[in-house]
Amino acid sequence: MSRFIAIRLLQAIPVILAVITVTFFLVRVAPGGPFDSEKAVLPEVKAALEAQYKLDLPLFQQYTAYLSDLAKGDFGPSFKYPGRSVNELIEAGLLVTAELGFYALLIATLVGGLAGIFASLKPNSAQDYVPMSLAMIGICMPTFLLGPLLVLIFGIELEWLPVTGWGDIPGDKILPSITLGAAYAAYIARLSRAGMLEVLSQDYIRTARAKGLPEHQVVLKHALRGGLLPVVAFLGPAFAGLLAGSFVVETIFQIPGLGRFYVQAAFNRDYTMILGTTVFLSTLIVLFNLLSDILAASLNPRLRHQFHTGGMP
Amino acid sequence: MTCEAQKTEMALLEVNNLAISFVTRNGTNRAVDDISFTVESGSITAIIGESGSGKSVSCYSMLGLVPMPPGRIDGGTALFEGRDLLTMKEAELREIRGRDIAMIFQDPMTCLNPYLRVGEQMIEPLVYHQSTNKKEALERARLLLEEVGIRDPKRMLASYPHQLSGGMRQRVMIAMALINEPKLLIADEPTTALDVTIQAQILKLVSELQKKRNIGVIFISHDLAVVADIADEIAVMQTGKIVERGNRTAIFDQAKHPYTQKLLAAIPSGSKEAIAEAAQDLIQVRGLKTWFGQGEQTVKAVDDVSFDIRRGEVLGLVGESGSGKSTIGRSLLRLVPITAGSVRFDGEEITSSSGSELKALRRRMQMIFQDPFASLNPRMTVFDTLAEPLLLHRIDSKQSVENSVLTLMDDVGLARSSVRKYPHEFSGGQRQRIAIGRALATRPEFVVADEPVSALDVTIQAQILDLMQELGKEYGLTMLFVSHDLAVVRHLADRIIVLYHGKIVEQGSGSSLFESPQETYTQELLSAIPGRALLA
Amino acid sequence: MSSTTLTSIQEAERGTSLWQDAWVRLRKNKLAVFGLIVLVTMGVVALFTPWIAPYAYDAQNLDLGATPPSARHWLGTDIFGRDMLTQIMYGGRISLAVGLIATSVALTIGVTWGAIAGYVGGRTDAIMMRLVDILYALPFMIFIVLLMVVFGRNIILLFLAIGAVEWLTMARIMRGQVQSLRQQEFVEAAVSLGLPARTIIRRHLIPNALGPIIVYTTLTIPSVMLLEAFLSFLGLGIQPPQTSWGLLISYGAETMEEYPWLLIYPGLALTLTLFSLNFLGDGLRDALDVRGSKD
Repeated sequence: MSRFIAIRLLQAIPVILAVITVTFFLVRVAPGGPFDSEKAVLPEVKAALEAQYKLDLPLFQQYTAYLSDLAKGDFGPSFKYPGRSVNELIEAGLLVTAELGFYALLIATLVGGLAGIFASLKPNSAQDYVPMSLAMIGICMPTFLLGPLLVLIFGIELEWLPVTGWGDIPGDKILPSITLGAAYAAYIARLSRAGMLEVLSQDYIRTARAKGLPEHQVVLKHALRGGLLPVVAFLGPAFAGLLAGSFVVETIFQIPGLGRFYVQAAFNRDYTMILGTTVFLSTLIVLFNLLSDILAASLNPRLRHQFHTGGMP
Repeated sequence: MTCEAQKTEMALLEVNNLAISFVTRNGTNRAVDDISFTVESGSITAIIGESGSGKSVSCYSMLGLVPMPPGRIDGGTALFEGRDLLTMKEAELREIRGRDIAMIFQDPMTCLNPYLRVGEQMIEPLVYHQSTNKKEALERARLLLEEVGIRDPKRMLASYPHQLSGGMRQRVMIAMALINEPKLLIADEPTTALDVTIQAQILKLVSELQKKRNIGVIFISHDLAVVADIADEIAVMQTGKIVERGNRTAIFDQAKHPYTQKLLAAIPSGSKEAIAEAAQDLIQVRGLKTWFGQGEQTVKAVDDVSFDIRRGEVLGLVGESGSGKSTIGRSLLRLVPITAGSVRFDGEEITSSSGSELKALRRRMQMIFQDPFASLNPRMTVFDTLAEPLLLHRIDSKQSVENSVLTLMDDVGLARSSVRKYPHEFSGGQRQRIAIGRALATRPEFVVADEPVSALDVTIQAQILDLMQELGKEYGLTMLFVSHDLAVVRHLADRIIVLYHGKIVEQGSGSSLFESPQETYTQELLSAIPGRALLA
Repeated sequence: MSSTTLTSIQEAERGTSLWQDAWVRLRKNKLAVFGLIVLVTMGVVALFTPWIAPYAYDAQNLDLGATPPSARHWLGTDIFGRDMLTQIMYGGRISLAVGLIATSVALTIGVTWGAIAGYVGGRTDAIMMRLVDILYALPFMIFIVLLMVVFGRNIILLFLAIGAVEWLTMARIMRGQVQSLRQQEFVEAAVSLGLPARTIIRRHLIPNALGPIIVYTTLTIPSVMLLEAFLSFLGLGIQPPQTSWGLLISYGAETMEEYPWLLIYPGLALTLTLFSLNFLGDGLRDALDVRGSKD
């Protein structure tokens, strides 16, 4: 198992390096320098600025300098907010986005997982159709439509919940978390239903019933682990999707998180910020993918042993 | 209570007029039709039937293991120690399952939970039904594993199912079934997925354990030969009905119902005489090696094998799984890359043939595959399947091919009118006929038949074997017949080669090999053939 | 007619192919049929929009401003007095086109890549699929945003970028298909008959790999459309004067307090399309008996 983790960690390094390299050069070849928009900047001032941001160096040296800064955990200064470092901005946004993402993931796994399991226990009955129809709506209702609709209904019409901010008024975290989590709850519901149905049709479930185990034990002890494996494997991609979704949700609900910063940086062409956030988020996503793979492997004895010993003949 | 007195006369299980249907969108389907049988303590009752005969459904439904709907019990009683299983509530039935009635199943690979350790699964019935504490339960499990012949039971308890071989898993299943000392054991085809030597061991084990514990056993099987040595009572089922019931000798010696007689006749017997030595060799194999993989993981599927196949003979290639028998067949046909050695076909070295040479060769040697459901392209009609080789090798023009295909249909015993149907519209036996037709379309001299009947029902097996023999003569075929089933090979082959782990153990004519096997492995293999005593 | 007298295959009864079987099953699935009808209707409308739209695309009426649905403007007008139905029809053209074109890009690259990897096997396969694994681990969503920022909001680039993400799944599915088919005995039988590789691929592999490909194509279109709408919503996708459903939703969200219909109708159009595609995809999966699932 530890070998498996080590191998996967080693494999993640070139991926992260590739992300850094591609992002760096993409941003550098982008048309228009960062200070072009500033009107009437004196050439000396511009040169000083460029020196400050190391833009006067040859491209490759800029790259190696950036890498060595990154190795020290330094994302460099922001272009747009002089005096503030990218690190500060990421730190400021990260906590908010992490909290939002956590609630959304919690909603997605709990609601989605339970709905899927529930549906799988009585396929083709109302107990199956109702949650699965809701899941279908969840999949077809994009975040950027669901968000405004929820705001319209619960914020404006019913006036039950606040519609902007994060942690300012009690209850303002509810709508954003639901908006972000809904689509993934729907995916997870479908995944867990399919996984459970697959497992429940296996021979070893029949064996468990033949032993006289009560149905709840058959489900909890014998079916759940195999049935939810696809969900665990999906957590990595879901995390990446949640981050992207946070761009939209944080924009809709005006939440000062990483996603909103990123979108703003994109519009402002704040290249160091874009670069820094892309590298940071990508690393996070790669690591989370790794985590969900390891988790899935540790739940599956066959995989676990493959990387351990040959096992008994 | 009067109950006690009655119990001594009462059968352990008494099934009367059991009828079960399946209700589907396309109508109601009677799966089990008015069957009655009894099982006594201390005896083995075998239920024999081909696929779809309702043999498994009848036993599963008694225990509430058939989902209802679509299943439906239409009538009858199943008295277990005087209590009707069919009218019991699920909770009552659950108390009986795994405690008084235990089951073992066909495929030990899929019947154990891959996510739980063996020990954890084994003690479940004990912990649940008797509230035994875990430590005691594990000790009991260890003793039982020892009893079913597992050498290192402690280690076994901590293993996961995928770490065990098929035979070991079936032993674990048996031990698990016995952990509560049930009164009735239902064994559903427990040896069908196993190699023949392992099958013999498991049959012996079941029989011993049953005698020692004096319990009742229902042994479900498709194969009369398998139960020949162990069954006390036999019930033969066909399309939902029990057509004949009786004790073992009655069934084997004086079968009355034509279907039972047909089943008995379908058990291959007798051996063929070798053709004269004078016949020329069609194929000469020298030092053949076919290895897969690289480095440490190399699998030496075929490891230095040499033999000849004479023109016009049927050479039987026998071995258990992993013996390399199928790989030899595929190597001769150049379907897998050969690692080393020489194969001469009609005097010509073919290991390095390629291009048009290889294509010309392919016309002369063909293959019949094991699984008739996988060996036909599901999106091609029979006509397209049979016409493909004829057109490819320019045996027929577009005009003449219709006629040739229809003649081929006649030859393999298929109705001409079904020539435009697709494979899924045929039964397994008919599909195998199509596959045989395709192999013979180019009029090859040599055919490799890789377990051509092992996926078929026993009565169908006999028909296909007859067809192959008949066509072999008609077409003057030389055949390499690959099989795990010694009885089938003996029935069909002129000479037999026994393989073990990629090497030849022994070869000789059918009769000499069967009557005076020289090697221990051959002897072991022969003694493992089920029902030898009764069928000899 | 007795079978022995039959001398021409034309006289024989036609069998039911698996495609016909699947079609019969699909037709029994009401939701899938509903989806198919909606999609065909939308396709026809999108194709003829310039001729059948009630108003010209750029017709403004600033005096009118935003009005709720009425007899003259069935779905109301936006703040510039433009007819909403017309806007949605033109937006649908772009949204559907992105869905179809980007999916075709994904399909072409993915199927070719996967088929080669699966058929050739060995080292080639290992290297090709390793690359797919690495790309899979990349955070593409973020990359697309980056691409749109760096190179401007170019619709062709959008097609390529989205297609480039989605081909990975397609390649994996195709490779899996080809690999499992290659091990099937009927392909081995075709080899042993002496058929050349191209005939084996054409007659034996492709027709059997088609089912899953059709299903996943149907299910890829909605995820591509979602991606486009997502980018357009953020202002990184389709740019005015062109419009798409995502862009309309984004405008609608800005003014939903006063003019909710500007959010609801484009939202409805997008959701209905996604529903239909998913229903059809699920229906096809059942009808063609494709195992496993993408989501």
